[in-house]
This record gives sequence, C-alpha cells and structure tokens, in this order.
Amino acid sequence: MSEQQNKGFVREINGPIVTIDLPGIRSGEQVRIGELGLVGEVISLAGREAVVQTYESTDGVRPGEPAEGLGWPLSVELGPGLLGEIFDGIQRPLEKIALESGDYIRRGLALPGLDREKRWEFEPNPELAPGQSIGPGTVLGTVQETETIQHKILVPPDLTGELTELAPGGEYRVEDSIAHLRDAQGHSRHLTLFHRWPVRKPRPYRQRDDGISPLITGQRVIDSFFPQLKGGKGAVPGPFGAGKTVVQQQIARWSNADIVIYVGCGERGNELVDVLESFPQLEDPYTGRKLMEKTLLVANTSNMPVVAREASVYVGLTMAEYYRDMGYDVVMLADSTSRWAEALREVSGRLGQMPVEEGYPAYLASRLAAIYERAGRVETYHAGAGSVTLIGAVSPPGGDFSEPVTSHTKDIIETFWALSKELADARHYPSIDWVTSFSGHVQAAAEWWHKEVDRHWQSRRTEALALLARDAELSRIVNLVGPEALSDAQRWQLEGASLIKEGVLQQSALDEVDTFCSPQKQFALLDLALSTYDKGMTLIEIGVPVSHLQDLPQLAKARRCKSMYTSEQVASINDLAREIDEAFESIRLEYAKQHTDD
Amino acid sequence: MSIKEYRTASEVRGGLILVRDTPGVAFGDRVRISDGRGGTRDGQVIRASNEEVMILVFEGTDDLDLEAVWVRFLDEPVEIALSPEILGRELNGLGEPRDGRPPILSHIRRPVGGSAINPAARSYPREFIQTGISTIDGLNSLVRGQKLPIFSGSGLPHNRLAAQIVRQAKLKDEDSSFSIVFAAMGVSYADAKFFRDEFASSGVLRNVVMFVNLADDPPVERLTLPRTALTAAEYLAYDLDRHVLVVMTDMTYYAEALREVATAKGDVPARKGYPGYLYSDLAEIYERCGRIHERHGSITMMPVVSMPSDDITHPIPDLTGYITEGQIVLSRELQNQGIYPPVHISPSLSRLMKDGIGKDDTREDHPKVAAQLYALYARALETRNLASIIGADELSERDRRYLKFADDFDQRFVGQGESEDRSIEATLNLAWELMSAFPRDALIRLSETEIAKYYQGDSG
Ligand SMILES: Nc1ncnc2c1ncn2[C@@H]1O[C@H](COP(=O)(O)OP(=O)(O)O)[C@@H](O)[C@H]1O
Ligand SMILES: [Mg+2]
Repeated sequence: MSEQQNKGFVREINGPIVTIDLPGIRSGEQVRIGELGLVGEVISLAGREAVVQTYESTDGVRPGEPAEGLGWPLSVELGPGLLGEIFDGIQRPLEKIALESGDYIRRGLALPGLDREKRWEFEPNPELAPGQSIGPGTVLGTVQETETIQHKILVPPDLTGELTELAPGGEYRVEDSIAHLRDAQGHSRHLTLFHRWPVRKPRPYRQRDDGISPLITGQRVIDSFFPQLKGGKGAVPGPFGAGKTVVQQQIARWSNADIVIYVGCGERGNELVDVLESFPQLEDPYTGRKLMEKTLLVANTSNMPVVAREASVYVGLTMAEYYRDMGYDVVMLADSTSRWAEALREVSGRLGQMPVEEGYPAYLASRLAAIYERAGRVETYHAGAGSVTLIGAVSPPGGDFSEPVTSHTKDIIETFWALSKELADARHYPSIDWVTSFSGHVQAAAEWWHKEVDRHWQSRRTEALALLARDAELSRIVNLVGPEALSDAQRWQLEGASLIKEGVLQQSALDEVDTFCSPQKQFALLDLALSTYDKGMTLIEIGVPVSHLQDLPQLAKARRCKSMYTSEQVASINDLAREIDEAFESIRLEYAKQHTDD
Repeated sequence: MSIKEYRTASEVRGGLILVRDTPGVAFGDRVRISDGRGGTRDGQVIRASNEEVMILVFEGTDDLDLEAVWVRFLDEPVEIALSPEILGRELNGLGEPRDGRPPILSHIRRPVGGSAINPAARSYPREFIQTGISTIDGLNSLVRGQKLPIFSGSGLPHNRLAAQIVRQAKLKDEDSSFSIVFAAMGVSYADAKFFRDEFASSGVLRNVVMFVNLADDPPVERLTLPRTALTAAEYLAYDLDRHVLVVMTDMTYYAEALREVATAKGDVPARKGYPGYLYSDLAEIYERCGRIHERHGSITMMPVVSMPSDDITHPIPDLTGYITEGQIVLSRELQNQGIYPPVHISPSLSRLMKDGIGKDDTREDHPKVAAQLYALYARALETRNLASIIGADELSERDRRYLKFADDFDQRFVGQGESEDRSIEATLNLAWELMSAFPRDALIRLSETEIAKYYQGDSG
C-alpha cells in the first residue's frame, strides 16, 4: 500500500476539480495538491492524468505546482474521543481547528480526527489470553468514553490472527499499542486504541438481524402515527421552513438511541451552533446524563467546500457503523441529503458527464440507495445486535416532491415524513402531513405498543386517521355549500378531528413540557381525544345539539392538556378523561330528564 | 514574482476571455485587461492550465477586440482596501470610488472571496433587535447576526420597508445604532437615489458605506459586489467592533448575472437555466453573516429578493429561503388593499426568534402570543376564503368573529405608518387587544396564567 509514491504536478484547476499528472495513482486515492497541501480524492483516471476533487478551495493554486499521492483512500479514525466532538466533512476536529486557525478555517490544515495526547483508561477483556485466535470485531477491551458510553476496542474488520500480547489495564493514548497479533503470514501486527477505515466501504458484520424494536422519538405524530424502527431508513422531505431540521433535532434530542450522529450537510452554520450550545445543557430522558455525551456532529455547512459535503455523509455513516459494531443503537441524521446530491451534481457537471434529470448524473439513484443500505440492524461479530437508523432530510426545489432526489429517496426508504407548507404556514407543527406520509413499520411497531403500552394502540391509530380523512371530506363540502349544510353529527366529526390535530398531532418543540412525550402519554392523549369524540357522538345521537358540547370548557382543556402534564403525569390526563366523561354524563342525564319532562 | 503580460487572447464570449499559453497563472487571481485603446478592465481567473486560462471580466467583454487585447496577471487575489474612511463613501463592486472622491488608501487589503467561518467559532444569535414593525418584532423577530431577507415583487414597497428598518432598528433599551453596508446590484438609478436620500435625510450617511452597481452597469461586476460589500462589513464588525446591518438589493439581479456567466461557460443548468451551484454560491454570501465568539461586532443581513412573477418557488427565492434564517414575505393582495407594510405573515418566518424573545428579552408572553396570533390568523384566512365562496351571511357567529379578526389584524396589526416606530410592548398590547375579541377557551395556545394577566375581553 505505502510503497514509494511518485510525485506529480498540477495541470488544470477548474474550481474544486483539479487535473494532475501523476502516473501510478489509484482511483479513490487521497492526494495532496500544491504548496498549500490541499487534500483531495482521485475520482477518475485517464492515462497519466488523474482528476481530483479537492475538499478545500483551490484559490491561488497554479498549474505546475506539485501533487502527491498519499497511498490510501478517504478514511476516518475510529477510537475513543469521537463523542462530544464536532468534525468537518473529512473528520477534522473543528474546535481544534479554531484554536489553530482562528474564526475562519485556514486551508491545508492536516489535523487528525482523534486527540493524540489524551489518555484513556483501558480495561482489557478478561476473557482474552495470548494464544487465542482473534478476528474482526473481537473486543480487546473497553474504555469508558463518557459516563454512559462504554467504548469497546475492536479488532479492525480486516485483521485475523493469533493474539500474542494484550496490554494490562492502564492509561493509554490512542496511538499506544494495546495488543499484538500474528497474522496468517506470520507477520506481527500491533493494535492501538483506534484504527482507520475507508469511508466509502461499508463496515462488515456477521449478518443482518430481523429483531424489532421501535425508535421512540417522543414525537407523537412520528411514534404514534408513522413509527420508525431501530435500523430503519427514513426521509423528511419538505420545502424550506416546513420543519425538517426541527424534526431531525428533536430526534437527536429525544430518541431512545444510544448514540446520535448529526450530520449538517450543506445547511446553516447556526443550526449546528444551536446543537453545540444546547446539547451540553440538555438532559437525556433515558439516562439523565447530558445529551452531548452521546452525540457527535459532522459539519459541512453550506458555505464550506462542496466536495467535502459529498464526503461528510460517508464520514458520518462510517462512524455510525463503528458504534453499531460495538452493539449500540445509533441514529444518524443527515440534514440534508439534497445538498449531498447537489455536491455530486456539481462534480459530475464539472467533469462534463451527461446529466439525466435536472442536471443530476445517472448514478444518483444508485448512490442514494447505497447510502441508505448502510442503515440496518445487524448481528455484530462479537457484540450482539447493533443498529444504524438513517434519517435524511430532503430539500426539494420549490417544494416539488416529484423532483429526482425526493422521488428516488421515496423508493428507497421505509418511513416517509412528508412536511406540508400549508400546515407549516398555519403553524401546525410538526407539519408532518398525515395524508401523504407513510411508515412501513406500523405492524411491527404495533406488537411493541400492544405489549408495552396499550393493546388498543393500532385500532386507536386507525380510528384517528379515519376521523382525519372524514374531516378532509367534510371540509370540502363546507367549502362548496357552507357549514349550514352539515348535520350535528358531521359537525361533531369536525370537532373531533380538530381535537386530534390540536390535542395530539401538534407538538411544539419549544414547549418545555411537551417537547418530549413518552409513549404512555402519547397514548393517553390519543385516547383522551378519541374517547371525548366517541362519548360526544353518543350524545349527539340522542339529540343533544352540537353547540351544547362545543362550548364545554373541558374541550379547551383537552387541547391544552399536552402542555399541562408531563410524561410523568399521565394519571392527570386520565383524570381529565374522567372529568369529561362525567360532564358528558350529566348532560345526558339532564337531556333525558328534559325529554321526559316535556 | 514578475507580472506576466500576454497578447494571446483566443476567444471572447459573454463576459469571458480565453488566453492561450500562459504558464503558472494562479486560479482566482486578479487580471487587468487593456483594450488597446487606452481603457482597462478588471478580471479574475476562473479556470487555469498552462495551455489556457479562462478569465471573467467584471466590466463585461463588449467591444473587446481580440487582436488588440493585452492581459496582465497581477499575481494577487481580488482584494479591497479598507480603512475607517470607507464610511460615508460610495464604491463600485471592486471597491473603487463612484463618488468622484479619491480611492481608499490603506495598507489593509483583504481578498473579497472570504473563507468559511468555522461553525465551532460561531455564537448563536440571540439579541432581539426592535425594528418598530409589529409583523416583524411581534411575529418574526429579528436578532443580531441573523440573515433575514425580504421577499418581494416588482412595485411592492420593499425599499421603503428596508429603509424604515434601517432608520428604526435598535437593540431594546439601547441606543447604539448600526453601521450600514448597502449593496445595490442591478437596481435602477431611482432606487439607489432613494436610499442615498434616505440615508442623508435620516442623518446616518456618515455611518453608511454604499456599494453600487446600477441596472446599466456591467452585470458581471454584480458577481463580486456582494463579496466586496461583505468584506467591508467584516472589517467594520471584526476590526472596528461595530454592529453592522447589511442591506443587499436585489439578489435576483445578482443571480441573473450568475446565470448569464454560467451559460457562457457552458455549465450544466439545474432549474430554469440557473447553474446547480447557485445554492452554494448564494450560501457563500449569506453565511458570512452572524455572531462569532469573543468578537464585539456582528453582521446582520437583510437581502431583498424580488420574486419573478411573485413566485416563491422560483429558484432564487427558493434557494435563498433554504439558506437564510427565515424570510419576510410581502403580498400584492395586502398592497392592493392599501396596507403598509404589506407583510404576509403566513409564509413569513424567523427561525432565530426562539432564543431572542420571552421573559429576559422582550416579555414573557411573547412566544405564546406569537403562536396564538398565527393560529388565529390561519383560521381567519380560511374563514375569509369560505366567506368569499358562500357569502359572509352564511357564516356562523363563531366564524364571523374570525372574519372580523382577519380584517382588524390586517388593518391594525399589519398596517402601520411608514414613520410609526412601535415598541415591542405596544405591539404585544395590540395583539392582546385583538385576541380579546375571542372567548378565553378559543385561545388554547396561551397559558392560563398569561390569559389571567393580559386578557381584556369580557366573554368566556
Ligand atoms: N415542532 C416544532 N415546534 C415548534 N416550532 C417548529 C417546529 N417545527 C418547525 N418549527 C418552526 O419552523 C421553523 C423552521 O423549521 P426548520 O426545521 O428549520 O425548517 P426546514 O429545516 O424545513 O427549513 C423553526 O425555526 C421553528 O420556528
Ligand atoms: Mg433545515
């Protein structure tokens, strides 16, 4: 691999695309270009010439400047010290870069992803002894990376052999050797707390695992209506301002994943700052620890070089797979996959490749599918089941879902949370449209809900969706002939749908009480809305006028209830349900009395 | 390095010149072109190999004679000279005087291209700016370091609104005003004059630097103008510790100039002929605004984007909205009803509002008042729509209340005088007055405590 590299030189600079003359270079190899040493990656070869996409701006580079192959493809460093960090699109640590180069990112900086000086307390695996044969994923020992996350030190996927030495417990830096093995050729290899892995190559595992466990996000319209499973793939498409980023950040905050990887791919700088500033303060509802302890960020904001944006998704995924291989459930959020696709388009355009739709190259669909395919629940080599859930935001131009990235994504994913501009404009958040969204996991999730929360979950969900569909129909009628045409029963249906929308579906990320909603509270609210509707309907059927019911103060309470009681106060929601019951019952009695009096 | 000079121009098209056999020219460097008749033009290398260099000519390539052209590679990036003296000046897209006064002399020269702010060096913007305009302060609050564009259309009063904001914008309880960087791209002489007169009459002129490229100036210069203006803004903010408000008008003409050049270069188009990199290109401009750790100054940006055919899904407003931290959308319908400023709140948004308002910043009820007003107005618009189909007489009493609210809201909350500077308290009080037309139980987005404190109605 690292034989003597030839030196070459720059022939042409066309924005981020640089043609170099460097015989013997390989496709995919990392290259350093020019006096500044800008890093790039070979994307095509023709004779002596190689086309390189550079991760940094090429301003000031001249034809004739040197170019040098580095001998390896774009790789990331995998080891303790990833969590809590913010990396750029090629895994350079942005906080350290700020110390070194100030507020603006200087070019040509080559900082390693992992801290070289930091010492970690390594605990060797007591079940291992020299002489044993070890291989991909063997757990050599552990390091407590953060309070809650125990980092397993794994044998890299491409190594097998006989363990000849395992270091005793103690403090080590990531480059210190902690084990030796002898491979099949008899070569001795030393292993450290970290290893490198090429980002474009999925990390191997034993096999796919069919186990089922829902990803609880604490967001009602997701968990209760369009659920996601751990290891699933989902997309959040929507026009600007519809709430894609908030959905992703809410999942990052409140989901029951062990590890969260948030990739800001071509989006706003301030959105990453928001995460960086708030996560160290926020508490994980599952462990009580600070959220930042289980989170890592990859940031290639919209103003950062476009080629590194293309890489950032793979960099994030590889780190996600690495934690998966330790047996963790990882959720990776990519905001936005459209910016990734645009980066692909920009490079292909500069290469003069034939565009097929809206300028995108023909391989868009297959690359997208390959990315999502890296999600999944797997049986790891030696650490039990682990999963990567991948949720990508999609930013369709003009909000048009028929455009290439949205339509290809839709064919690939299992969960589709379609955001609607109309709902967002009316400040119905999250603006997940219940008509066009779907989840392929409802049946699977139902098993979990029925066992863990309530056996009526699926029927309640169906009833709610039916009521919302009825609402849409009735609203059409009202818009044609006016509300006078509706019967009292139909008006009560509108009221019921409005209860579902306001009391259940709407959930403000900014509401301190309601921002996270436990599954138990989710069901209690859904049941409250539906049983209020059901009871009301029995009254309407015996002739109680709808206006009589609409004026009940308890209806306003049912709408506000989500913000009044926390997930620990589900009993109070059930109390309210009883209160509404009683109010309805007394109306019924009064009404029956009037009728016998008449 | 010696300055290289060549007579080997081989091709001219649409703002671009190709020059042959030019070894070692750096990508991005500045170029001076002599037209052979005593005139010079400025350019930038946008593609470089030893065999051929492609140059973008800021003044355009009209009337260039290939045989006569001389090209000098200046061996430096495109830069601007900066000193406190830029305040009060009017410059062009390359930072050269347009006001007949001498050029800016300074040893401080900065490349206009800028580089990306490290996200880890940013601070989240949270300081509320009171603009005195209810639809902005109350419902789409602006904070220091935010980029909040005005989406408008031809004939709508975006310039008047921008000027009113420039006049009135201040931090709550603070008098320190903003330094203004004004960037005009492709606007009419009259529009530029409007702003110049505005700045003069409100007495802020010595705190303003104007970068101007008019409709009849070379379009290619528009590509560098916002970058030059932002380089000046960065100097004012980070070298001189000022809070800078950048007004850029009109981004649509900027993007059209970009399309023109992209087409000449033969770039693959994405939507409506705009190149696929329009998003990244706009982001390079917009993302230069913000707050940075331990820097005293800040850059707040208010670009004007006119929506071709009032279409918010057109690539320019669309891509802008995908980058900026919200948008203020003007509506022709409100304008036709004589309402100023005709801000349509439904599609308007401020993404950075959440941390700039509330108890410690404006008033504790502000977040929920905004949410409630939005919900009421959304329902009111539906009702208005219904009334237009079936007639207002057919509406229920409940619905009629919403209809009345829609009208009151448009007239009293949205509408205000061009010199009316409402405090945030006045805006919130007005909101409560309007909301109090509804029974308490209709105001479910407000907390019961807030209702107890501020509700003025008698019903419910
Ligand atoms: N669940 C939510 N709760 C409260 N506000 C929301 C919610 N979702 C979106 N918003 C509002 O909408 C704005 C835009 O949302 P964002 O996620 O940034 O949109 P997108 O990423 O689709 O452009 C946010 O700044 C916030 O004001
Ligand atoms: Mg977003």
